[in-house]
Amino acid sequence: MREIVIISGKGGTGKTSVAASLAFITGERAVMGDCDVDAADLHLILDPDILERDDFFSGVKAEIDQNTCNGCGKCHEVCRFDAVLIAGSTCRIEPLKCEGCGYCSYVCPVDAIDLKEQNIGECYISRTRAGSYMAHSRLGIGADNSGKLVTRVKRDARSLAEKTKNDYIIIDGSPGIGCPVIASLSGADFALMVTEPTRSGIHDLQRVWELSRNFKIPTGCLINKNDLNHQMSKEIETYLHNNGIRFLGAIPYDTDFHKALSRGQSVIEYNPERWKPFFRELWNKIRE
Amino acid sequence: MRIAIASGKGGTGKTTLSVNLAKYSSLHHRTLLADLDVEEPNSGVFIRGKKLAEQEVFRMVPFWEEKKCTLCGKCPYYCRFNAVLRLGEKIVIMPELCHSCYACSELCPVNALPMVADPHGIISHYLSDSLDFVEGRLHIGEEQAPPLIKETVKYTDNLRPAFEMEFWDSPPGTSCPVITATYGADLVILVTEPTPFGLYDLQLAAETMRKIGKQTAIVVNRIGIGNDDVFKYCAEQGLSVWATIPDRREIAELYSRGELIYPEIEEYRKAIDVILQRIKDIEGQLCEK
Amino acid sequence: MKIAFTSSGTDWDAQIDPRFGRTDYLLLYDEDSDKLSAHDNREIHNVGHGAGPKTAEKLYTLKPDVLITGNGPGGNAQNILSRMNVQIYTGASGMTIREAYQAYKDNKLR
Repeated sequence: MREIVIISGKGGTGKTSVAASLAFITGERAVMGDCDVDAADLHLILDPDILERDDFFSGVKAEIDQNTCNGCGKCHEVCRFDAVLIAGSTCRIEPLKCEGCGYCSYVCPVDAIDLKEQNIGECYISRTRAGSYMAHSRLGIGADNSGKLVTRVKRDARSLAEKTKNDYIIIDGSPGIGCPVIASLSGADFALMVTEPTRSGIHDLQRVWELSRNFKIPTGCLINKNDLNHQMSKEIETYLHNNGIRFLGAIPYDTDFHKALSRGQSVIEYNPERWKPFFRELWNKIRE
Repeated sequence: MRIAIASGKGGTGKTTLSVNLAKYSSLHHRTLLADLDVEEPNSGVFIRGKKLAEQEVFRMVPFWEEKKCTLCGKCPYYCRFNAVLRLGEKIVIMPELCHSCYACSELCPVNALPMVADPHGIISHYLSDSLDFVEGRLHIGEEQAPPLIKETVKYTDNLRPAFEMEFWDSPPGTSCPVITATYGADLVILVTEPTPFGLYDLQLAAETMRKIGKQTAIVVNRIGIGNDDVFKYCAEQGLSVWATIPDRREIAELYSRGELIYPEIEEYRKAIDVILQRIKDIEGQLCEK
Repeated sequence: MKIAFTSSGTDWDAQIDPRFGRTDYLLLYDEDSDKLSAHDNREIHNVGHGAGPKTAEKLYTLKPDVLITGNGPGGNAQNILSRMNVQIYTGASGMTIREAYQAYKDNKLR
């Protein structure tokens, strides 16, 4: 079983469009995983039918039992996040401000404070339009992403692949360079970086490469919208060459992507003659 | 007036808009641009100016005083963020994971965990022609944005004379950093695109803003690449679309070179004019209250 | 020498877990006594942030000389592991514990 993770550093480089296109090339032969949990968008193109749904819990917030609370205010004294309000004769927690540190619960003299596990989202297992299975999720408002949810989605993708005896898992990874990206990359057999020829694109590419290199994961790179700035594209290609990163191709700025997207399609469906060969070629290069 | 510019997803043109709005506004009003996307502040790419000030920002994290420690083992238990660990006879602190709640420090029976200042990030203040630009930048390896975002906002609060217009370039997304960044704003402008991605992420962002009680206005960028669903959604939700910006390749090229858009592209300048006018209208309404 | 493995199961035929921080089990093989012990790490799945350091803390109690894993620990875990006297070998993804041990002995790991 081989796991391919698609990452990008900054948002908006076209990572998800690439993942969706690969989904249509591989069809039933690959299981998809959407680990971009802050803005899980892959489902907008793949339009999955949800087969299983599960609540996802992460983190805690304090809750004060209004019957047990004696209003002493010790919790208010120790809270560094202004999350405790004194309302009349009892104390209350302001959930939006509570960071779940537990300090208040440690000092409450009457044991009135509980740390409640938060249901911050849902995990799904679905079947996509492309014929493949997909593991994905949805986070609630204001919920924090973490390695935990990414790991859960990857684990679900893995079980799906084992059950359906699939050889490949394609993961739409988290953007950025923090914990969720690390969790996305962890255990991958190949990392596909999608970048664009802008200052911030290059900068984030370098930071994401640090991570991938640290994990010693074979890496390849695709330059999207490369004709926006040929000089920078060349700069990127040189950087890739100097760092042993396989240059997997360039996609010019093309309105096909937006047009396809606004119809809820991948470019492969919208304009197959132009894009099918490109992505098939890309997939073959990745498989080597 | 403090206006936060945010978006549900990255790549919608939020920073481009913030920078262009601020620069244009500074021609006529005392204006501040604050980059609160502290993990990856990139509005500085477009702003060239003289550095006026720089301030190191610290967070308080525990420090293990080995000599005082009795190895009672309470501190790893108190820390819910795995920032305090016990390796045999040693207590190890992971500052990156610390939320500065002070629990371990204040509950240690022998005061062996005093809180000390840990380098967190830098606030830089530039003057670009007549625009004041303040940027918060996290040090590499720091994982938590909210403390630095708060400090950056505090820094701008202390600047005198006060600004007529403040534009805050916020982090993308809908979690902790965005909520911290938009918390003190009078108005939030959400930048989106007319695609299914843009719409879906706009829904998340708009819901978040509603949850924290922020007045919201919408700017739709890159008209022409998608469909009308975003406008239907805004109409249904009673969200006001203040301006639309067409999808132009020239805009993308100017952006990739780090240049301002409005001097070159007439439609962009018109959109900014409209937005600034709508802001003035709101300001007027707020004053009447 | 004591050899630790990140594992998805509890015996020699289990698969190496390629991750460190969120590995299901830590197995310890004591070469002197020829004993393999399994240590359950699955409660780590409840942890949002700081899984790496937490697992490193658990590893410390096993006092290994060598750690064999797949991709290797992330930044935060690395931080803690560097304070322990343990040699880390990566590249064992896709192998069973038995195969990984042999590969280590044959100098085939990184």
